[in-house]
Amino acid sequence: MTSIAAPVRRRKILLLPYLLSLPALLVCIGILIPFVTAVYYSMLRYRLNLPYLKGFIWFGNYKEFLTDSEFWNTVRVSLEYTALTVGSELLLGLVIALLLQKQSRFNNMASILLLLPLMTAPALASLMWKLMTNPNFGVLSYLVQLMGVHNFQWASSPNSALFTVVLVDVWVYTPFIMILLLAGLRSLPTQPFEAAALDGVPRRFVFFRITLPMLTPYIITAALFRLLDAIQQFDIIYPMTQGGPGDTLLVFQVRAYLEFYQYTNVGKSAALLMILWAITYALSNVFIKQWLKLRERARGLA
Amino acid sequence: MTDKAKDFFAAFKAGKMNRRELMSGAGKLGVTAASANFMLNAAATEALAADFDWMKHKGTKLHLLLNKHPYADAMIADLDNFKKMTGMEVTYDIFPEDVYFDKVAAALSSKSTQYDAFMTGAYQTWEYGPAGWIDDLNAFIKDPAKTNPNYNWDDVLPGLRASTAWNGVPGGALGSADAKQWCIPWGFELNSITYNRKMYDKVGVQPAKNMPDLLEVSAKLTKDAGGPYGIGVRGSRSWATIHPGFLSGYSNYGQRDFTVEGGKLKAAMNTKVSKDYHKMFVKMVQDSGPKNWSTYTWYQVGTDLGAGASATIFDADILGYFMDGGDNKEKGNLGFHAFAANPDAKAPTPNVWIWSLAMNSAGKQKDPTWYFMQWASSTEHDMFGARKMDFVNPVRASVWKDGDFRDRIAKSYAGYLEQFDASSPGAKIYFTAQPLFQEVTTQWAETLQKMVAKQVAVDEGLDQLAASLDKKLKDAGLG
Repeated sequence: MTSIAAPVRRRKILLLPYLLSLPALLVCIGILIPFVTAVYYSMLRYRLNLPYLKGFIWFGNYKEFLTDSEFWNTVRVSLEYTALTVGSELLLGLVIALLLQKQSRFNNMASILLLLPLMTAPALASLMWKLMTNPNFGVLSYLVQLMGVHNFQWASSPNSALFTVVLVDVWVYTPFIMILLLAGLRSLPTQPFEAAALDGVPRRFVFFRITLPMLTPYIITAALFRLLDAIQQFDIIYPMTQGGPGDTLLVFQVRAYLEFYQYTNVGKSAALLMILWAITYALSNVFIKQWLKLRERARGLA
Repeated sequence: MTDKAKDFFAAFKAGKMNRRELMSGAGKLGVTAASANFMLNAAATEALAADFDWMKHKGTKLHLLLNKHPYADAMIADLDNFKKMTGMEVTYDIFPEDVYFDKVAAALSSKSTQYDAFMTGAYQTWEYGPAGWIDDLNAFIKDPAKTNPNYNWDDVLPGLRASTAWNGVPGGALGSADAKQWCIPWGFELNSITYNRKMYDKVGVQPAKNMPDLLEVSAKLTKDAGGPYGIGVRGSRSWATIHPGFLSGYSNYGQRDFTVEGGKLKAAMNTKVSKDYHKMFVKMVQDSGPKNWSTYTWYQVGTDLGAGASATIFDADILGYFMDGGDNKEKGNLGFHAFAANPDAKAPTPNVWIWSLAMNSAGKQKDPTWYFMQWASSTEHDMFGARKMDFVNPVRASVWKDGDFRDRIAKSYAGYLEQFDASSPGAKIYFTAQPLFQEVTTQWAETLQKMVAKQVAVDEGLDQLAASLDKKLKDAGLG
């Protein structure tokens, strides 16, 4: 009995690691299949409405982008949008988190209320803002008129369209940064701050030399999440302007969406999304490396 | 419904009495107006069922994809009659126009069998047809075993039948002998001027005679009407901005989107005449259009007119029709005017939009689907929609001749019929049929937006647009 049971048990033990890693393997395959499919499509000349033109063109779609001014406009607008939204949200989120740092009934209530925009679907938020900024009856148009600004056209003018969509993004996502940084601030060790208070260190010095360095991993985490989301922006810009006026807001996702759903150009749409993936990958790599470096430094200090 | 009442309405359908006799007799039988409508249509349905086995696909369930539109509302109001006549079940999903065509593209491109038939425009079939997503309906229309003998396809206005048929050759003439019938016309609109009579009287202007006049009248209205702006036209970054008033005026100057030479297309938007027309259109929007024009779709153009926020629209005649009724503030104040943009043109040349029904190629119940489509586009349903609902403009010649329909429109929508009669002889699709329709028109709208925002000069913008489109056509093997 024992001699038969032992090999069976040994075989079970040998198989166990594979069995345990099976779910991860399945998830990996689930992720990789659409990715590889997209890579393949990006190398095709493939319009659904012109099936006879379908053919493998290797990097033809990518090469075309290099000389396409519309593509470079998309890259510029996407990066501008990302920089403006993430920058403003970090700044505002940090200020609000600092204001709410001390635990009190009011601060706790305020932090909950400030989270409300985050609970609004961005597409709905953009439609709400579209109404509020309507030049004929929008409440915000009325308010800016009271302030002496006439004929401000919000998302309808190329001069103010980027400002308008950034404003909506900031309204929706600043609470996300705020809550992450607030959690970070409240979890910082109190000893350095107590020591600085005893030594009478000025508040500005405390902020720049103690608070900010200790909070940096949280800031990087929050920035990374927002960065990845902002560069893939769709649900605010498309309902508000469909990428217009002109080509003012034709960011990657809006352009890829139009290429696929309206122009049925599968090859070009997939190539655009692969470039977006490469940019996202590069940016997240930079941030993660920075984050790991900070963690190593923190461990070294400990 | 009593048998006596049923027989009474059946006698009317059989032509044994006129409408006055019907209404007087119905009153004597104690039938209310609402019941009379239902009974009349039920009698029409029974008449339709007389010579054809409508019950052949009894028990089948169909699923439709519909746009939120009065045409869909009219069909839904009459749907119980179809269900009763065929024993089929029909369900539907309805989406607003903003997202409707994206939903259609997603369903068709994924070869989904979810929808059997759907609403479409003729332009969209230039993409769906070559992609193999929809069926050529000639196979059904010409098959007497599948089509009710009273269907009378020839009763559908010839221009609309032709406009929904294309041979798939880029630049090929619509309605050619080798064309495939990609969809069935259901209801249509042509483009003209709808104006607010009260505002025009107040300012002391007449509806514009041509494009230069329209610029002047619109500017005067913007200046003197005391709040409303002069003219509403669409401006969103979409194909929908190009096809209504804009293209109707453009065609009236004899301009085309493309020229076709040796089977190849070449962009033709940068001629001298086209540039002059664009300059006028751009100036009109800058001087007298809505402030946020670049976000304007059909809905905004219409609601502004209905709410008294604009004095005029150069858009679909039926949009003016809808705004002149319902709960709109300006109900009853609107006038209709056929419009030839070119001072040298003899008559208007309105581009048309045709809401149509198409069949999903991936669908698994094609014969039952055709039963629904032929019922929904039948004379009986068209007549019901035209008389009782807002199924305007109907696509059948016999409905346009119907006294009840004409009386209703003449009574409630002053000048609408005159506008239609003056506009319709020149009404047709003025686009060149080609599979890059959405891409071309979206880029055209984008260029218009840039011109209105003064990001680019008109001449330069049109040269850039033509060069860009020529490259796209070449890449797609069309240019």
